[in-house]
Amino acid sequence: MLTFEHVSKIYNGENYAVKNLSFEIDRGEFIVFIGPSGCGKTTTMKMINRLIDPTEGVITIDGHDAQVQDAVQLRRDIGYVIQQIGLFPHMSIQENVTLVPKLMNWSKEKRKERAKELLALVDMEEEFLARYPNELSGGQQQRVGVLRALAADPPLILMDEPFGALDPITRDTLQDEFKKLQQRIGKTIIFVTHDMDEALKLADRIVMLREGEIVQMGTPDEILSAPANAFVEDFIGKDRLLQSRATVQTVEQLMNITPATITETATTSKAVQVMREKRVDALLVTNEYGTLKGYVDIEMIESHRKQSENISDIHLTTLHTVKKDAYVRDSVSRILKLGVSYVPVVDDDMRLVGILTRASLVDLVYDSIWGDEGAAADEQEAVLEETIL
Amino acid sequence: MNTVIEFLQTNGGEMLALTGQHLFITLGALFLGILFAVPLGVILNKVPSKLGNFVIGIVSILQTFPSLAILAFAIPILGVGMFPAIVALFVYSLLPMLRNTYVGISGVDPALNESGKGMGMSAWERVRHVELPLATPVIMSGIRLATVYLVGWATLAAFIGGGGLGDFIFNGLNHYQPEFIIAGAIPVTLMALLFEFILSKLEKSITPKGLRNLTA
Ligand SMILES: Nc1ncnc2c1ncn2[C@@H]1O[C@H](COP(=O)(O)OP(=O)(O)OP(=O)(O)O)[C@@H](O)[C@H]1O
Ligand SMILES: [Mg+2]
Repeated sequence: MLTFEHVSKIYNGENYAVKNLSFEIDRGEFIVFIGPSGCGKTTTMKMINRLIDPTEGVITIDGHDAQVQDAVQLRRDIGYVIQQIGLFPHMSIQENVTLVPKLMNWSKEKRKERAKELLALVDMEEEFLARYPNELSGGQQQRVGVLRALAADPPLILMDEPFGALDPITRDTLQDEFKKLQQRIGKTIIFVTHDMDEALKLADRIVMLREGEIVQMGTPDEILSAPANAFVEDFIGKDRLLQSRATVQTVEQLMNITPATITETATTSKAVQVMREKRVDALLVTNEYGTLKGYVDIEMIESHRKQSENISDIHLTTLHTVKKDAYVRDSVSRILKLGVSYVPVVDDDMRLVGILTRASLVDLVYDSIWGDEGAAADEQEAVLEETIL
Repeated sequence: MNTVIEFLQTNGGEMLALTGQHLFITLGALFLGILFAVPLGVILNKVPSKLGNFVIGIVSILQTFPSLAILAFAIPILGVGMFPAIVALFVYSLLPMLRNTYVGISGVDPALNESGKGMGMSAWERVRHVELPLATPVIMSGIRLATVYLVGWATLAAFIGGGGLGDFIFNGLNHYQPEFIIAGAIPVTLMALLFEFILSKLEKSITPKGLRNLTA
């Protein structure tokens, strides 16, 4: 669908921003460009939609040389999310999102319809359509920036660090959301980042750049299991190489399948009894179908003891969860970032199927360092915990 | 009070006619100015900034000429009357509008221009849908400034036979008739205030909604 043949961009006759890039990307692939600042990621991306003209080489899209097409028409057929989001402050969210359809003369009704459809994709309410960018949070703005690129349904979308300026948790959620979205709508996506976690999580294939040249191109597993050289190893980082054993493992394979639970119809005294038996101070609460509702701990029960008979009377605390078919490598960073000691594992219908503890992640990293033998020494475990935190 | 009524009875008709001329001169110069300055300000942003600054420099120099001198220069070239007056004042009104358009548009965040371009907006579409709307508050304040100046400068049109309320004022000065000075000055002042009022309302209504709460 997209090919680069010996493409270079040279500034001032001698400075290579991008040097002799050749690669091929298939339809529906999620490609992530990664590398340190200044390595040519943005330049590579902008040559695709001709915001920058290559000095040498040929770029073809669907077999057609990009350089001979009408630049404006070409860009309308390629979605683009710039590094700085770039929502227009004077346009409402609806106008922002449906800008390209407007340029393409879609009718007003059709544009409105499309805007609603798009917002629904990322679970944003219709009322946002009338708002202006400065009335949105950073995360909402980035969502809108992504939607704007999807509006005219282009087969190819370019995204330059679209989640760059977000806090880790919002970023995490948006990545999950976006990966799901991509799988559903099946677009070809070229995505730029300098965050390895992001690349590993989203990419079908990763392209590692250094000083304008490709260092390695391959699937996340290939890159993790066989880094091409010391630069790639460094960029991946020691911690991730250790965890890489976990990359192909799903949460389901690692989770504890007997979490301490209680149904919401049970009485509080029953809960206390269960806690005592299992020797825990908190229980996950499910309804009669096994759907996760939250958790209660001993303090919450203590403070409600007089008024309430049943668990369902207590206001439950909600929890972050992971899906059972998620990769462990993604969950590791999430658990560490959230700073919690465990995360409930659920299936697609939010039914509780197990629990992933910090301890089991520690065991995993342990195994990859010392194999099965060394698993006993207490002080080693303490050291290891520290490095993970 | 009686003297006022008396004055109006004898001179009211002429006063009205002069006010009309004054308005015509002001609006004529203003429209010519907008027609010229706004597109030029847009275009100057598309050329190398050296050239842009050069043109702005030239217009700034024009501005430093005393307005009477400009009017005097107009006579040998364009002759006397209302039309030369309009042209001379138009030249004079260019600077605030040109400078504000230039500055307003060059102040648009380059990231927005690039995002527009990347989405497939043509150069004209970017001017129309991105640059002009975003620069509206700045351009409008240039137009307001120019208008208020123009109302005042238009009194000078009388010097080259252009008519307007300047006729009253200068006749009054020449013949020591303060009532004519007042009869010329009051409508000029009211006109300036009225324009200021109308334009500030207009500015509010054409500033895109999303920008209104930003500028506060
Ligand atoms: N207009 C230009 N003139 C000269 N050099 C340029 C120009 N644009 C980019 N470069 C150089 O090209 C190289 C690649 O820049 P590019 O913007 O592609 O980097 P990047 O990988 O996107 O970096 P970042 O992660 O910081 O966004 C840099 O060394 C940069 O200094
Ligand atoms: Mg960049």
